[in-house]
Order: sequence, then C-alpha cells, then structure tokens
Amino acid sequence: MSFSDDLRRLNEARWRVAGGLTIAMMAVYFCFIGLVAFNKPLLTMLLRPGLSLGMLIGVLVIVSAWVLIWIYVRWANRHYDASVAALRGSL
Amino acid sequence: MTGGLGEPNPVAITGFFLFIALSLGITYLAARRTRSAEHFYAAGRSVTALQNGLALAGDYMSAASFLGIAGLVALSGFDGLIYSIGFLVGWPIVMFLIAEPLRNLGRYTFTDVVAFRLRQVPVRVSAAAGSLAVVAFYLIAQMVGAGKLIQLLFGLQYELAVIIVGAVMLAYVLFGGMIATTWVQIVKAVLLLFGALLLAIFALAPFGFNPLALFQTAADQYGAGILGPGGLVSDPVEAFSLGLALMLGTAGLPHILMRFYTVPDARTARTSVSYATAFIGAFYLLTFILGFGAMVIVGQDSIRAVDAGGNMAALLLADAVGGPGFMGFISAVAFATILAVVAGLTLAGAAALSHDLWVHVVRGGVASEKEQLRVARISSALLGVVAIVLGIAFEGQNVAYMVGLAFAIAASANFPALLLSVFWRNFTTRAAQASMLTGTAASLVLIYLSPAIQVDVLGNAAAIFPLRNPGIVSIPLAFLVAVVVAVLWPEPAAVKGFSELERRVHLGTTEPTQATKA
Repeated sequence: MSFSDDLRRLNEARWRVAGGLTIAMMAVYFCFIGLVAFNKPLLTMLLRPGLSLGMLIGVLVIVSAWVLIWIYVRWANRHYDASVAALRGSL
Repeated sequence: MTGGLGEPNPVAITGFFLFIALSLGITYLAARRTRSAEHFYAAGRSVTALQNGLALAGDYMSAASFLGIAGLVALSGFDGLIYSIGFLVGWPIVMFLIAEPLRNLGRYTFTDVVAFRLRQVPVRVSAAAGSLAVVAFYLIAQMVGAGKLIQLLFGLQYELAVIIVGAVMLAYVLFGGMIATTWVQIVKAVLLLFGALLLAIFALAPFGFNPLALFQTAADQYGAGILGPGGLVSDPVEAFSLGLALMLGTAGLPHILMRFYTVPDARTARTSVSYATAFIGAFYLLTFILGFGAMVIVGQDSIRAVDAGGNMAALLLADAVGGPGFMGFISAVAFATILAVVAGLTLAGAAALSHDLWVHVVRGGVASEKEQLRVARISSALLGVVAIVLGIAFEGQNVAYMVGLAFAIAASANFPALLLSVFWRNFTTRAAQASMLTGTAASLVLIYLSPAIQVDVLGNAAAIFPLRNPGIVSIPLAFLVAVVVAVLWPEPAAVKGFSELERRVHLGTTEPTQATKA
C-alpha cells in the first residue's frame, strides 16, 4: 500500500460523494425551476387554505439543501477526516 | 401608513449611532491586533466555525435580500420565493465543491487557487478583472440601497448619505481589516436574524401565529394566484437562466470565498458552511412571512406609493405592527447590514488589487509584510472612494437587479475557472485566462444587449438578446471556451503541478503558514 495509492483512493471517494451530492442538489433545484417554468397551474393548486403545492415544494427544496449538507458533513467528519489523518500520519 | 418615513426617526438615529459606536469600538480593538497581511486579509486565521458561519450569513444577507426579497414577496407573492431558493441552493455547491479545497490551496483570494499550478501573471490579471467587475456591481447595489434608505429615514441628502456610508465603512476596513470586518458582520448578522424574527412574530400575531392563516388572508385579498408562480418568470428559458446564475454565482463571489481563509483549517471551513446555510435558509423563510405580512397588513398600494420596487415593504410593516420605535430599530438593522456588506466587498476588492495585482504581478510574488499591508490599505482607500463615486453616479438603479447581475458575472467569470483549476488535470493557463475573460465579457455584453438595458433603460422597441439574465449562455460558454483552449494548447507544466495540487487539496499545507511565499 503506497502513499500515492491511498491518496488516489481518498481523492476518488471525496469527489464521488461531493459529485453525487452536487448532482442531487441540482436535480432537486432544477425540477423546482422546471415546474415553475412549465406547470404553473400545478404549483398554484391549493393543498389546504393558505398552502399551495408550490410553497410546500419550495420549502422542501430549502430543507433538502439542509439535509444534503448534513449528509456531507456527517460523511466528512466520520470517514474523510479519519482517512486524511491516517494519510498525514504516514508521511 | 407612510407617517414615519421621510422625516427623522429618533429611534432609527439612536440605533444607527449606537451601531456605529459599537462597530468603531470593535475596529479599535481589531486595529491593535492587525499587524500583518495575514491579519488584514484573513483575521489571523483564528475565526471559529460558528463565528465564520454568522459572518458568511452576514455577508450574504445583504440589504438586497432583506429589503429587496421582502418587497418582491409583498408585491408578487410566491415569485419572491424563487429568488430566495436560488440564493440558498448555491450554498450546498460551495460546500461540496469549493470551500475545503479553497481553504487548503490558497492564502487570501480565490485567485490563489486558480493560479496554484498555472502561470501567475496572466491568471492573476484576468481573475482580478472578474473579481473587480463582481465587486463593482455588488457595491453599486449596496451603496444605492444605503443612500436611498438613509435619505428616507433621516431626511438626509442622497449624496451625503452615500459619503457617510463610504467613510464609516472605510474606517472599519482601513484600521481593523478582516478582524473588524468579521466582527461587524457577526454583530449585524445576529441583529438582522433577531430583528427579522421579531418582525415576523409581530406580523403573525393577528393571525394566531399561523403562517397559513396569513397566506390565506393574502389570497382572499389579492387572488389565489399570488400563492403560485406568476409573471416574474414568464419564459421557461429565462427561468433556467436565472436559476443557473443564482445557483452557481455564490461559488464565484470574491467576498464570500475570501471568508474561508479566516478559519484555521478545512474542517472548520466545512462546519462554518453548515451554520451559514442554516441561518440563511431560516432567514429566507422569515422574509417570506415578512413579505406576505406587509402585503396584508400594509397593503400593496401603500407599499408601491413609497417605493415602486417595494424595497421599503419590511420597514412599512415594522411601522404598522410596532410603531415608529420598532421601525427605527429595523431601519438601524438594515443600515448596519449595508455598512457591513460594503466593508466586506471593499476588503475583497482590495485583496484583488493588492495581493493579486500588486504583490504577484508587479512585484513578482516577493513583497515584505510591511509593504503588503501598506498596499492593501491604499487599495482599500481607493476602493472606498470608487464605491462613493459609483453610489452617486448610479442613483436610482434597481438594487435587486444589480445584485442579480453581480451573481451572473460571478457565475460566468469566476466559477468555471475556479472549478476546473481544482478538478481538471489538463486545465491550462491560457484556458483559465480565456474562460475568465470570456465569462466577464459575455455576461457584460449580453446584459447590455438584454431587454433590461435596451428596452427599459434605452427605450428601444426590442432587444437583440431576449433574456434578462445571461447565465444560460455565458456560463456554458465560459466552460466551453476553457475546454477548447485547453485541448488545443496543452500545458505540460500545469499537468505536472496537478499531483501536488491533489495532495494539497486533501492534506493542506504541512506547516500552518508559509512564511517564504508571499
């Protein structure tokens, strides 16, 4: 097991997680924008007095940003930091 | 309803002077600790995660967010939420792709990262152009907003108001550097979150603290359409263009990126983004309530009567639910907001001028601490004057629109080059240069050819470029130019430097600071 192999593996893991989460965020957001652009009547539909489907989805987009960040921080604090520390130690 | 506006408000004036006294006190303490360029630009890298989270949120929750989005919601309902969400979803992108590599690779500016393995001089010059363009548009928006606000609240002349903002802000930056700017930002962020929360509670009180009851009353008064998307984003392509610029712009804002250098390490940078995103998201949810509160309690006609763009909606709501005293408090908070954001922008612009252009281009990367600090202060003073001149010259411009443009330029000029420099092994100096200059030029030219300038400002019948926001063209174009140039003119030295970059992205510097490299 060489240092450069470990670094490559760490690099791949880091960008796989970051890339996946980035794509997830973009997908959620552009679905929202797509609905705004192409299906306004659906978003204006009322679920109950004072709450339209669009408002609910909008709030869910904000919540999804929080959740994705939480997933990333959890992964990075648990796994990524440990690998970085191990790699630093092997220098 | 407009009783408190246009004449001096004693609470606003007291609150305003209290904030200035407090922030100058902070500046005095900070000035004694500002002894090197590292203190001046990066607060000695000693800011904690929570502090940086608040400061990032403070930088982001500008007057345009607070007054502009509340106003947008008050006048067009749901459509305001489209903007808020776009501003917020930029933060996960910053978190996943930018924050930690930035902290590990650079020293003071995001250009440090782009230039890491490329040739310094060409990269620094083009990146400084992009940074300064973003800072200029953002500054115009803030200065115009500040001037208008003070004019309305204190009955001061517009020009005098702009000069006061410029002078006070300059005092923070010149003497206290990043330490003072960060603390002013933290104080302001706490005040703003607290003020918005209080205002939302007051606005919800008549509705039994049930936001849905408030929204339903709004729908009863103004039609169910305001709870869904309306005319703000009429064309689908326009919607995607705006969305793309808002999402990717955050990751290219120099004054935001600079904050990641103020924390001790990448892990702290990471934690600070999660705090910032939590605060900013909560703040946008509050502004949504404030906007609807103003719509129902103040009324759209009264809001339009004071300011056609709706920028005073939050203040009118404060007056209506809490009287002139509460409006004075909210005004002082809004004012503190502008002051702090202008300080952060000036510091970022000064870093581009002094660290990127003077130290790395003129002096070839070698300059003493004393010289760096002196040039940084001269640049700040210069930018302070520029900010005042721009603020006066652009009086009457739409504040939210100018911020939107700053985002479009940031997403086109800075973000593609920054991302590719970290991720793409075969990225080259020429590609970075071409991408940043194309991004800056394309966004500026397309904005000029858009309906916003051609139809609204110049009064032509039609615009050459149909979209108001250029993002969907200028961002892919900046990426495309980068890829084409890098493939046509490969740079072996840059490829060789990539493995060192990869090591540094994860492990950071082995020593805490590199004393030898300026």
